[in-house]
Amino acid sequence: MKDPRIWGLKKSPWVYHLAAAPCNNCDIEILELLTPRYDVERFGVVLVGSPRHADALLVTGVLNRKSLPRVLEVYEQTPKPCLVIGVGTCACGKQIFRNSYNVVGPYDKYMPVHAYIPGCPPKPETMILGVVKALAKL
Amino acid sequence: MTLTGWQLAFAFVVFPGVIFTAGVGLLLTWVDRFVSARVQWRKGPPVYQPFADMLKLLLKQTVVPAGASKVTFLIAPLIGFTAMCITAVLLFYVNFFPGDSFVGDMIVLVYLFALPPLATIIGASASRNPLSAVGASREMTLYLGYELPFLLALSVPVILTGGKIRLGDLVMFQQAAGPFLASWSGAIAAIIVLICIQAKLGYPPFDMAEAEQEIMSGVLIEYSGAPLAMFRLTKAMMLFLLPCFLVTVFWGGLTNWWVVLKLLAVVVLVILIKNTNPRFKIDHALRFFWFILGALGIVAVILAFAQL
Ligand code: SF4
Repeated sequence: MKDPRIWGLKKSPWVYHLAAAPCNNCDIEILELLTPRYDVERFGVVLVGSPRHADALLVTGVLNRKSLPRVLEVYEQTPKPCLVIGVGTCACGKQIFRNSYNVVGPYDKYMPVHAYIPGCPPKPETMILGVVKALAKL
Repeated sequence: MTLTGWQLAFAFVVFPGVIFTAGVGLLLTWVDRFVSARVQWRKGPPVYQPFADMLKLLLKQTVVPAGASKVTFLIAPLIGFTAMCITAVLLFYVNFFPGDSFVGDMIVLVYLFALPPLATIIGASASRNPLSAVGASREMTLYLGYELPFLLALSVPVILTGGKIRLGDLVMFQQAAGPFLASWSGAIAAIIVLICIQAKLGYPPFDMAEAEQEIMSGVLIEYSGAPLAMFRLTKAMMLFLLPCFLVTVFWGGLTNWWVVLKLLAVVVLVILIKNTNPRFKIDHALRFFWFILGALGIVAVILAFAQL
């Protein structure tokens, strides 16, 4: 709580939704967080359209040869400090694609990941819990 | 009366300049988000949310995209911000001392309100991103669109008072003879200005320059950290100053405490329009402003000449 930068990050984490080859189910479940039922704007979470505005990247899907350079580019475009949160079993453990020739490995081989949220797709409650835990670690 | 050096500095920095306007503007941003949330049956963020956003953005890393014109990119947000600070001082000065402003202060205010979109266009063009270029071109088209009905509507009170172009005179006239809103031409003109405010703020249905879904926040796409905070602060100050301007010109000036309620009413109306309308296409918006609002403006001007 000493550092105002961390306080700001905790009080208004703007998320950018980075779809790196998911099946799109996780993405829809992320959007569910913004609906009246969960309303994460209560905690200052806003979905932004440009990675330049983002404080947290929600990455979904299995990292593969095609998406890796793009994910890395978006990560470099995001101003720091920024959180990276892997959403879904795909992001956590490569799911059923783990033996594919095209899969290049877990996210944390390439960038710091602050939390993995399991589930296929994870429930919105789980995602909130994951983000809360990731923020609490800061 | 003339302000001495210290008073002038106070007027620019504390009240009604930077600190007051920015504070109230940010509070109104919260009102905006809260009312939007209530419309969508959500709970909405806490009151300190805009301030937390601002603090976070100010302390975050600022990225200047490779190949962008660095100086222009970083100065652009300040242009709009400075313009809004001057606007605040001028607008409140006119209201507090209506007998003591210069001729044509209304024209100066109109030009000052034109600076934030200009700053956005400059910044977007300097950031070397195709999407922000699209956003800048849309912003420019939109600006060409709304300025015509805006000026037509603002000429209505001038005509009604028989050619008084000083804002202070308009305020005094309204104190003596009741607000312009009570006359037909004044009411039409006020509605036109309200819609133009919507466009100046870049709120739906006129948010095509920042369209999040198609061009990913368009003009602001490359901005991060402190410059982005400046742009958002400018927007917040406009959310306060434009309704102030509307109330000053058409609804009796900022003279007593009722004005707080009037301002809130205008702001909530703007927010409700924002929440209940889908986005126009840019050519539709231009057509709407020129051929519908423009025609309405001409009707208002004719009515004003008939003193209705
Ligand atoms: S975790 Fe499941 S729902 Fe999410 S992207 Fe992978 S397969 Fe789809």
